[in-house]
Order: sequence, then C-alpha cells, then structure tokens
Amino acid sequence: MRISPWSTPVLLVAAVLLTFAITAIPILLAGANPVAAYAAYLVVPLTSQFTLLEVLVSATPIMLTGAAVAIAFRAGYWNIGAEGQLLLGAVAAAGIGTVVGSLPPLLALALMVGGGALLGAAWALVPALLRVRFGIDEVVTTLLLNPVALLLVNGLLHGPWRDPVTGFPESERIAASAEFPILIERSRVHIGFLLAIAVVAVAWYVLARTPTGLRLRAAGLSPQGARFAGINVSRTLLGAALVSGAIAGIAGVSEVAGIQNRLTGGLSPGYGYTGIVVATLGTLTMPGVAVAALFLGDLTVGASSAARSLGIPSQLGAVVQGVLLLTTIALLTLRRHHVRRLPATTPGDNGASPGAEVQPG
Amino acid sequence: MTAMPPALELRGITKRFGDLVANDGVDFDVRGGEVHALLGENGAGKTTVMRIAYGLTHADAGEILVGGRPIAMRSPRDAIAARIGMVTQHFALVGPMTVAENLALGRATRLRLDLDEARHRAADAASRFGMRVDPNARIDDLSVGQRQRVEILKALSRDCRVLVLDEPTAVLVPSEVEALFDTLRSLVADGLSVVFISHKLAEVRAISDRVSVMRRGRLVATVGGDTDERELASMMVGRPSFGVERGADAAEVAAEPVLRIAGLGATDSTGLPVLTNLHLDIRGGEIVGVAGVSGNGQTELVDVLCGMRQPSSGALHVGDHELTGASPTRMMAAGVGRIPEDRHASLVGDLSVAHNLVLEHLDEFRRAGRIDERRVREHAAELIERFDIRARGEDPVASLSGGNIQKVLLARVLSRDPRVVVVSQPTRGLDVGATDYVRRQLLERRQAGAAILLVSEDLDELLALSDRLVVLYEGRIVGAMSVADADVNELSMLMAGRGDAA
Amino acid sequence: MTFLIDLLAATLRNATPLVYGTVGETYSERSGVLNLGIEGTMYAGAFAGFAAAWATGSPLIGLLAAISVGIGAGALMALLTVTFGANQHVSGIGLTIGLIGASEFANRLIFQGGELQRIEPMGTVNPLGGIGEIGKIFDQYALTWVAFLIIVPAAWWLLQRSNFGLEIRAVGEKPEAADAAGVSVVRTRYLALMLGGALMAIGGAFITLALLGSFTLDIIAGRGWVCVALVIFGRWRIFRGLAGALIFSLVFSLQFRLRILPGFGEIPFELLLALPYLVVIAALALSGRNVAYPGAYLKPYRRS
Repeated sequence: MRISPWSTPVLLVAAVLLTFAITAIPILLAGANPVAAYAAYLVVPLTSQFTLLEVLVSATPIMLTGAAVAIAFRAGYWNIGAEGQLLLGAVAAAGIGTVVGSLPPLLALALMVGGGALLGAAWALVPALLRVRFGIDEVVTTLLLNPVALLLVNGLLHGPWRDPVTGFPESERIAASAEFPILIERSRVHIGFLLAIAVVAVAWYVLARTPTGLRLRAAGLSPQGARFAGINVSRTLLGAALVSGAIAGIAGVSEVAGIQNRLTGGLSPGYGYTGIVVATLGTLTMPGVAVAALFLGDLTVGASSAARSLGIPSQLGAVVQGVLLLTTIALLTLRRHHVRRLPATTPGDNGASPGAEVQPG
Repeated sequence: MTAMPPALELRGITKRFGDLVANDGVDFDVRGGEVHALLGENGAGKTTVMRIAYGLTHADAGEILVGGRPIAMRSPRDAIAARIGMVTQHFALVGPMTVAENLALGRATRLRLDLDEARHRAADAASRFGMRVDPNARIDDLSVGQRQRVEILKALSRDCRVLVLDEPTAVLVPSEVEALFDTLRSLVADGLSVVFISHKLAEVRAISDRVSVMRRGRLVATVGGDTDERELASMMVGRPSFGVERGADAAEVAAEPVLRIAGLGATDSTGLPVLTNLHLDIRGGEIVGVAGVSGNGQTELVDVLCGMRQPSSGALHVGDHELTGASPTRMMAAGVGRIPEDRHASLVGDLSVAHNLVLEHLDEFRRAGRIDERRVREHAAELIERFDIRARGEDPVASLSGGNIQKVLLARVLSRDPRVVVVSQPTRGLDVGATDYVRRQLLERRQAGAAILLVSEDLDELLALSDRLVVLYEGRIVGAMSVADADVNELSMLMAGRGDAA
Repeated sequence: MTFLIDLLAATLRNATPLVYGTVGETYSERSGVLNLGIEGTMYAGAFAGFAAAWATGSPLIGLLAAISVGIGAGALMALLTVTFGANQHVSGIGLTIGLIGASEFANRLIFQGGELQRIEPMGTVNPLGGIGEIGKIFDQYALTWVAFLIIVPAAWWLLQRSNFGLEIRAVGEKPEAADAAGVSVVRTRYLALMLGGALMAIGGAFITLALLGSFTLDIIAGRGWVCVALVIFGRWRIFRGLAGALIFSLVFSLQFRLRILPGFGEIPFELLLALPYLVVIAALALSGRNVAYPGAYLKPYRRS
C-alpha cells in the first residue's frame, strides 16, 4: 500500500517532526540533549500513573476549547474568542457555585454547567449577530472581547467578589456540593474530563452523522453553495457560534469546579488560544481534537517535569505549541495548493479576473 | 515588410489546468499598426493565451517574442517593460483610489509619489487619443465605460506598443462601443498594435485587420478581417452547428402558464434598477429563451427565480403558489429546478458528489435523527448511472471536470421532476459531448411538460432549443418572438438596444 | 494643576507603545494582512530590547535588537500568510503564542528566574523645560518624542504621499490590480509586514528600555490587542489611530491616578478600561455594512 505524502496523518507527523527540529535550537541553548528532552516531553509523562493522570487533567480544558473552536471554524465562523467565553463560564460557575450549597450535588452541578454554557454563549452572541446581520468580520470582535472578559473578571475580583477574609483578589470558595467529583483517588482527574469526552463525542456524532452537521459543514465549505441548496447559512453560523461559546463556557466551569474551586485572575493561562492550536492540530475533526488535546496535555506535563529533570525552562511548552500551530497550518495550506491543482473555477474566457482569490481557510 | 518582426508573437503556447487543456500549441502574432482579433466562443482559451502574454498566467510550454526578441514573461512587470498593455475583462483598478493614483501605481521611480506627473501623462494621452477622464475622480464613482478608458489610458501612459483588450465591448452600450472603436482606430494609426478578444462576429469584422479564430484551446485559423460572418462562425463553432435537434413533434403545450412573472423588478446593491417591470408567462412543455448581451439583467433574473435575490417589485407564481421573494427552500418545494450559470457556487465543491446530490432535500434522507448514508449512496449510484456522471459518489465535486459538475447539478435538479426549470448558460465551457448531453436533457424535460426558462449568451443555442424568445436589454424585455419567426439580424438589433431601428 | 500636568505627561508616555503598535498594525492591515502576531511581537520586542541592553549596557543596541526581532516576526508572518497563503488569524495567534513562549523561555534561561534585573532606563528629554510648570508635560522619553514627531508624520507621509504607500494601499485594496500594474504583491506585503513588525517591537521595547528599565512577565498585558482595536477605531488612518491611542491612554492614566485617591476606590475602573474595546465593537455595529475594511483584508493572493 502506498501512503500519499500529503495524507493528513503523514502531514501532522511531519509538522510534529518539523516542530521538534525547530525547537531543538532552544533546547540546545538550554544545554540539554534534544532527544532526551523529547523523551522527557512525550514519553516520561506516560510512564507513571500520577503524571499520566495529570495529562488528563491538562487535556481537559483544552479539549473543550479545542472542540469549541473546531465547531465554529467548521462552520466558517472564526471564533477567536474562546478565551473570553471560557472566562465568562468561569464567572458563572463561581457565582452559581457559592449559592447552591443547599442543593443536591447533581442539581448544583447541572446548574453550574448550564449557567456556564449560557454565559459563554451569551458572550459569543454579539459578535455572531454582528456577523450574520451586518457581515462584520468576527475575528476582531471575538478577539477584542477576550481582554474585556479578563477585565470583567479582574473587576469582580478587585471589587464585589474580593475574598472578604484574606483580602486576596480571589472569589469565595464554591460550595462543596458544587465541586466536580474526583474520578480517581489521589489524583486531580475530575468529571470535567468525562464531560470533555462526552462533548467531543456528541459533537462528533452531530457533525459527522446528522443532517444538521452536514449543513454546518456545507455552510463552512461554501456559504454560497449551501445557501443555494436552501440551507439557512446565517442561522447555521449563529448556532455554531453560540454552541462554540457554550462549550468554551463549560471549559471555564470545569476549571473552576474541578481545579481552582474559586474564580482567580490566573484561571486560564490562555486555554482559549490553546484551543485554536488543538483545533488546528486536530484538523477540525472531533477525534483529532481529542488526540491533539491529549498530545498537548502530555507536552504540558512533560514540560514541567523536563524543567525539573533537565533544567529546560517549562516555557518551552508554549514555544512548542506556537511552532506546532504554525508548522501545521503551513503544511495543511501547502497541501491545499498541491492537491488542488484543479482551480476551483474553470479557467476560461468568462469571468477571468487577473487574480483569482483563494478563500482564507 | 518581411524584415519587420511582429510587435508580439506567441509560439506554441500550451497551458493545462488539471486535465483541461486551455491552450494547445497556440501560434499568434500581431504586427505594428494593426488590430488583430482573437475570436472564439466562451471557454475557447482566448483570455488564457493573452494572460500568458501579459505575464498573469504561466505557460507550460511555448515562447513569447516581442519585436522578434524572446522575453520571459514572469509577471506583468516584464510585460510592461516590453511595452505590452492589457485591459482585463474585470478591470484591474483600485476602486477607492483616484484615476491619477491608479495611473501612478507601479511606476515608482522615486519614493515620492508624484501625482502631478500622473495627471500630466493622463492629460497627454487623453488629448492625443481624444479620451477625456477627470484625473481626480475616484474609480468607484466612474461609469463602466469611463473605467475602461482609464484602463486604456493606464496602458498608454506607459507607452505600450501592444494593447490587449479582453472582451472590451461586453460592458459597453452601443454608443460607447463606437467611441472605443474610434479610439482604437486612432491608436493603430499611431502605429500601435491592438489585440481584440471577442466572441462577437459583427464587432470583430468592424474593427479588425486580421482575425484569428480559437476553438477549444487551439488556434484554428487566421484570416483577413473582411472574411464573412458565416465563415467566421463556422470556424468558431467548428461543427455543423448542432448535434441536438429540437424535434418538430414538441410535447403538447399546456394552455395555462406554469411560471408567471408579473411586473418583476430588482435593484442592485446600490439601489439602481437592474430589472424593470418584467412580464413573462411560461407554459408547461415550452422553452422560453432569454437573449441579451451579458450584464443586461439576466443574472439578476435568474437569481430572483432561484430564490437568491429579493425582487423589489412584482409577483412570481408557479401554479397556485405565490413565490415572490421566496427562499430557495420554498422555490424547490414548489417544483422549481434551478441551474444557474455559476455552477461552482451552486454546489459545495469540497463535499462529495453523493452529499451534493441530497443537499437540497436532506430531510428525506434522515432516519432516527441521522443521515441514512446507505440510502444516500444508493441515491448517488442511481443518479450517476442515469445521468452518466463520470465520477464516484465519494469524490469531492471540486475534483470533477466542468461537464461532470454540470451533470451533478442537472441530476440534482432533474431527478426531482421539476415543473419549472430555470437554467442559465447551461453549456458554457463544456466539451461537445457534454454540451449535447445537457441540451438533450433539457429537451427531454420539455417533452415531459416542464416550463423552462433558458438564459444563454449563445444565440445558436437559444435558437435551437427555444420555442419562444424574449430579449433583455438594460433590465427590460425589449422584444419577444417565436423562434419560427426569429431573425438573427433583428435579434442582434434588439440585443444592442436598437429595437426601433430594426 | 499638578494633577493635570502629571496626567497629561502620563498620557503621552503611556500612549507611546500604543502609537508604535497602532502604526505598525495599520501598515500590516493596509497591505491586506491582519497581524494578530502583534501581541507577541511587542512582547518579543520588549524582551529582546531589554536583554540586549542588559548584556551590552547600551539601550541603543537594545533598540536595534528589538527592531531586528520585529522585522523577523513580520517576515515570519509574511512567510506564512503571503507565501504559503495560510489563514491570517490562526497564523497571528500562533505567532503570538510562539513569541511570548520564546521570550519567557529565553528570560528563564538568561536570568534563571533570579531577582529582577534592571538596566538604567533611557533618560527623558525636555526641550520645553524652560517654560515653567506646564513644561513638565513635555518631560518625555526620546522614543516618545520620536513617536509623535517623527514616526507618525513619516508614517502618514509614506502611506499617503509615497509610491511605496500607494503600493501598500493598492495591494491591500485590490491585489489583482496592483499585480497587473506591475507591483509585486508578495514583495510589498513582506515589506509592509516587516516594517509593521519593527514598529510593534519598538513599542514593546519602549516599555522595558524607557518606562520600566526591567522585564517582567505579562509585560504587554494586552496592549497589542488594544492596538488592533485602535486601528479599526481609526478606520485604518494614521492620525485617527493616533487620536484613539491618546484617548485610550488618557483614560488609562486617569484611572490609574484616581484609583489611589481616597473615595474613588469603589469605582469599577475595569469597566472604564474595557471601554475602548466596547467602543470599537459598538462603532463597528453602528457603521454596519459600511465599514471600509481594506478590500483584500484576510485574503491571500494567488495568481490563477
């Protein structure tokens, strides 16, 4: 069997190898052996139970934001605002979590997840409406709401939600019944991980198997063609944007209820942006998102252990993420030019403009 | 004379796009002081070969000589340096900028932008060739004819010796065409060479010294400008006109119209009318052809009928259904089958053939909330067989040839037994086999009693397929006739907006 | 009075990095490329400038290092979006993640996470010092003077009155027209992105080399995103962007001062700081479909 050098798995492996080649430079600068470093990054975390479970913990929020981003991107809606939507979900969780102490845990959790999803979707609403109503590019509007969300969090923490006891800019601890149960003893793996897997599974089913999913994909691939076939592209985009915001909001709930148990200013070290890395690396498919999130989780855990064992600053993890994102989109874009030798429109005497535009994507 | 090399010469130009051969060993030359027309149907490869000459497209093989010297045309910059200018069909002007800025663009010699110099050059060239344009006007504020003049001035202000014009009359009203021809005559009198790309016989004869005819990527002949129209036409078409006969025994035409268009109007994005007070009834078993020069409202009419554009006035009925301003979904539900000219925009290229075939009525393939992929596959297999689509169901539509893409669209529409078919430029860019196939399918649909609205720029196609013709000019119906009474001369006059002169 | 003078001086000071960033982003976007790498480019500029100045003792060398990093970042963005034609926003986010990561990594490596290293910050220049109390407004860093008196007018002139600027605008508005006129779309976009990157990096370096004299984590703190907002707020015009930067900086400097005054502690200043973003979004909403984005915004260019 011959495998095309342009098939997706080959391409992604190439992107990873290319990333390793590029990041070998900083590793060498740090005085470490690149091969030993990659072993520490990728393999070591999988060798002990504790680190293995930590990989799942790290993968949880970015699997959710990755799914959120992938759904939106699939519909042709460039949601760069998962970070802000996540923060709003966290705000909802912290707010609801402190007042549901008297409720049974199941109800408390449902309220928090629902509230977080709702607030995340609400944060995604305005850019989505501007896009479908006025055609205003959502990249900038979703992006600009991220710092606003962070300001909102900081405003709450420095104002009404400041911890009255310690005076720290942290919210009150949520009720015990509102905390996500731990799945495995003596680890930090909480039901947020199951929630993430469930979200990815449902999203996969909807996207790949249902009419709604096909309509969403059609709208993303060719809005014109989809509209022509009677698909309400605006409604599809709006729906995708809101679902995306809701899932990002759930990621915020998961971090508050599963890890921090309160709202803090440093709740998210950019999980929303990492979601873009995860979605791209997962080629916008749900199984891909799950694998990519676990891969990056592995890397994150590996980065902190490599910092201890090899003296490589753990910030290399972020470098790897950034480089990986860039090599992946570069290779995927090159493939599109390579495979699509056939121009999308018949070159002929009609409608020949001096330069055909390639759709961004 | 023999000592004088041609101003521009192309030798053995070959260009492929995927499996489509756009140019196949094209030899072409233009001498100093002549208008040399490049004549051919849409999709014959005329534009491609001249884009190659201007450096906008790269040839797979062949060479380009300017004044006898081979030149590597890597980009328009090389062409400009070799004193070649081109006015593309879609103007290469920056809309929000002024005329002077557009003229100055790409001329950088110093850092400082010298708009005065651009204005002077514009004024010089304008007075030399009698073209008036305000150098301080914004391109977006100019009419199409004025923009074309700016394009020509742009080329002239760079001292081009060869000027290539791609379908320059397609966007002009007749009086502007006259003015353009006057300009071109004064240019060649000045020693310039003009390459005039067109598919319109009369214009080509009116302006050209020589005519080269292209057909399906090949240059089939170069003849004198006085060659008669019939001969040019047969070279251009290259086949005894038609492989499809309408057949005199047309189906019974119903008494009541199926599609009724009453007082229909539409406006463009700036609010200017593009369709005005259109009345048209089409009965079952009848094909009504819409003739007209492109850009006279055909696209908008088809868009309205496809549910892709809101009319500004009037009413639209199919049978008892009022469909004024209806969505694509309602149009389809009422039995309207839609095959617009831009087939790529009517399908989702990255989705499979099978999925595209069900996209319009996805809910019929739903089972327990999910898509019944097995039925989707069976449905695709059946239509691929029935409509002779050369592809597998799982192939993405974008990977298909133009003819097969059109067949996918045709299959999606015709398999639903539509009462009304709206179809525009159905055979543009298709090879002979696919063309005949598509035409036969439309005629079969007519036999089956559908009301068909056929928009085409190909007059022969209209005459061969239609029962009746209407002529669109500036968004109005300016003439109607049955095909039996149709006279090509009269039609041409109507299409040119000179109905009363006929 | 002192409060007002201090406030205005701070406004000019705090506006400086925004001015560099906004002008840089304007150049990128006018050429048709939304550069979301700005946050990372400013960050890398801040770090590289500081590290080089710390190592050599020369702020000037620090500045040159920042400029080099900025040019490199712009070139990388161009490689991805212009040469490869990759998605602009994803490329920009990737660039930002990578550059922030790389800066923090290098910071760790060089300074070992030890105590905060400082350099002698660039001094201030005050040609108007002689005019009494009011003159203190103009007691500013050289880079601030350069920003307002040289960079802004020069950037305006280059964009509106030079052939290079005409090419940038044409390439961002309608690349096929520029191409047909013999302008290299690729070259022009590379140059615009590299120039823009250099300016962004200077904006970042201003914070470490002049304002603080040290490098701390999260030093840019979203200023890059502010610049993205200001470019749109200024409708892709240099002077309107400048006005936006001044307004934002005024609000920022004011809240900073009010916050420590008694009686103002309860005001939610974060809301005030969120205003520029919200104003931009509201402005976009109000102008609706009439927003004059550069015509080729977000679109890669490929000849057929």
